[in-house]
Amino acid sequence: MTMLAFARGPALLFALVFFVGLTGWRLCGIALLRSSVDLSEPRSKAAWKGLRLIALRSWPRREFLRGSAFSEITGYTFHIGLLAVLFFYVPHTKSFAEALNGLTGANLRIGGGWPALPAGAATTLTVISLGALVIALAHRLSNPVKRLISNFDDYFSWFMTAAPLATGLVVHGYLGSPHAEAILAVHLLAVDALLIWFPCGKLMHAFMLFAARGTTGVLFERKGAAL
Amino acid sequence: MNLPIAPPQDPHPLELDQPRVSVRVPTVRVDKQGALSDPERVERAMRSFVADFGRTAAIYLESCIHCGMCAEACHFYEVTKDPQYTPIWKLEPFKQAYKREFGPLALIFRAFNLKAEVTAEQLEQWQHLIYDSCTVCGRCSLICPMGIDIAGLISQGRHGMFQAGLVPHELWAVAERAAREGSPLGATPAVFKDRIEWLADDHEIEIPVDKPRADVLCTMSSIEIMKYPESVVATAKVMNHLGLDWTFRTDGYEATNFGLLSGNTAWQKQLTLKLIEAAIACRAKLLVLPECGHAYGALRWMGANVYGKPLPFRVVHISEFLAEHVRDGSLKLKKLAKSVTFHDPCQVSRRGGAVEAPRDVLRALGVDLREMYPTKGTNWCCGGGGGVVAIHRADALRHKVFEIKMTQIEATGAEMPVTSCANCRQTFDDGQAHFHWDKTMHSLLELVADQLTEPGR
Repeated sequence: MTMLAFARGPALLFALVFFVGLTGWRLCGIALLRSSVDLSEPRSKAAWKGLRLIALRSWPRREFLRGSAFSEITGYTFHIGLLAVLFFYVPHTKSFAEALNGLTGANLRIGGGWPALPAGAATTLTVISLGALVIALAHRLSNPVKRLISNFDDYFSWFMTAAPLATGLVVHGYLGSPHAEAILAVHLLAVDALLIWFPCGKLMHAFMLFAARGTTGVLFERKGAAL
Repeated sequence: MNLPIAPPQDPHPLELDQPRVSVRVPTVRVDKQGALSDPERVERAMRSFVADFGRTAAIYLESCIHCGMCAEACHFYEVTKDPQYTPIWKLEPFKQAYKREFGPLALIFRAFNLKAEVTAEQLEQWQHLIYDSCTVCGRCSLICPMGIDIAGLISQGRHGMFQAGLVPHELWAVAERAAREGSPLGATPAVFKDRIEWLADDHEIEIPVDKPRADVLCTMSSIEIMKYPESVVATAKVMNHLGLDWTFRTDGYEATNFGLLSGNTAWQKQLTLKLIEAAIACRAKLLVLPECGHAYGALRWMGANVYGKPLPFRVVHISEFLAEHVRDGSLKLKKLAKSVTFHDPCQVSRRGGAVEAPRDVLRALGVDLREMYPTKGTNWCCGGGGGVVAIHRADALRHKVFEIKMTQIEATGAEMPVTSCANCRQTFDDGQAHFHWDKTMHSLLELVADQLTEPGR
């Protein structure tokens, strides 16, 4: 079995099963915990309206902008670039379609309404994302607050996120070369590793974001507290 | 004469290697209660931490991305730029305990020692962070991009610190006194009754006490009873003006809850139940909480949960009570030709939701209301909440924080700062004296009582 076949075959399968299994374990482990019922008389009977905090907290209040704008802009730059390349770069979407076809027996085809990101745009976005990641790391290392509160999880998660982006760029640069297959295999292994690490550390914030904002939103809305 | 040959030992070690001229960083005193060994303290803290790890806490503790933005919202960080005052860092032992002892991956964290055990030394170091430098004001909870209610977690963290006997002595002492005597400042039922009689005589006003039946039960904070007794009179003036069937009761008058602030849930419950039982005893339909921030949180939002069932009466803060009667026209007020700025008590406004009530009252007074920046939900804390004003060793830090408030208030150009929390007022009085400031904090309730028209309805 070639390295590429291993990376897109058993390694990917293991990574996906691990990702789904551990993500489910962590989410269920939290969801199944006891939660006491609030018996106080609510100020707002429609506490569910607090779920709007999920959207509201996506950008800081004007009063906090001065102190948080740098982190927000860096974060958004990196996330938007990563997600755009992940979901709209044609080789990725093709792979997803193939994987889905393999799993479901369907015959999905990429095209139609699904937007396709041209290779040049994907490369640019990847470079921008990587740049934002490097800036975020430099800030984490140089800012006294971030340096103090950072731990292994922060740095390793950074590495595991940057690796697929960096290797993806190399793949693009070596298309057609004799080493292309090996480089693609490394890229896919980096993706496999990311999937395995994802539920182990802070990358779980992709899911927890909704739970934490939603919980606070509902609790605070019930009291009429500031969101 | 024979001089001793051996060098001096602790507590005065030789400092020959130390620079002769340097800035000394004063070590923060660590207070301990009880004769417990270090392992016992850790075990008690851990047991309490784990007991507090429900779904909400777990969601929050799983969500932190270590972005550090919460520092920007914290007044202690704002004035010192010391990273140890980053709100989420104040929870580090709590987070560590969660990951190692409780979270879904705890088994792995323990098996491979990926998260260190919380130590007694660590808990001692954190005493300064979780008590002296956190007013539980909740401003950090508003900036967190993940939406974590950091202030709520701090309160839970204090439970473990109390169980470990690691509470600042002054805070512990007032909490213990409150549990033993019914008041943290010595306003026992006898003292309270005496004061009421004296105030009633002095001001020639009727102040009912211990009526067996009343529609409205009024409560006070110990700071008001002992330091601002005019508030007791103001309460009576307003209630009498409205012609309500009301009373104070010596079996439930003290609304401050130092059990909550110190982290002792048993004392918190004891103090809360006194108020609830007094209200039930006189069949009150309404319990009016005084100008006290944390008293509002303790009874309005936690009371029913402590009691175990919904309360059979309404609970309102005095500012909400005043606003209700301003809105229905029953509270008749003379206009006040002053410019005023309102300081939001964190537990009533930001975390309690009673943001507009005091403003409605001020508008009814016809004052020129000048808002601070920031204001309402994001207003800066005075620095004395969460029990911090009781901790003497925290005074220097608290005074630094108070400079933010002075700057904010000066920027409005208002003649009178007004608030609806006696604890904030006390912090302002202390700050005014410390900085020889020319601004005196006023009570919203007293302002209203002074502007009542005669007669009432």
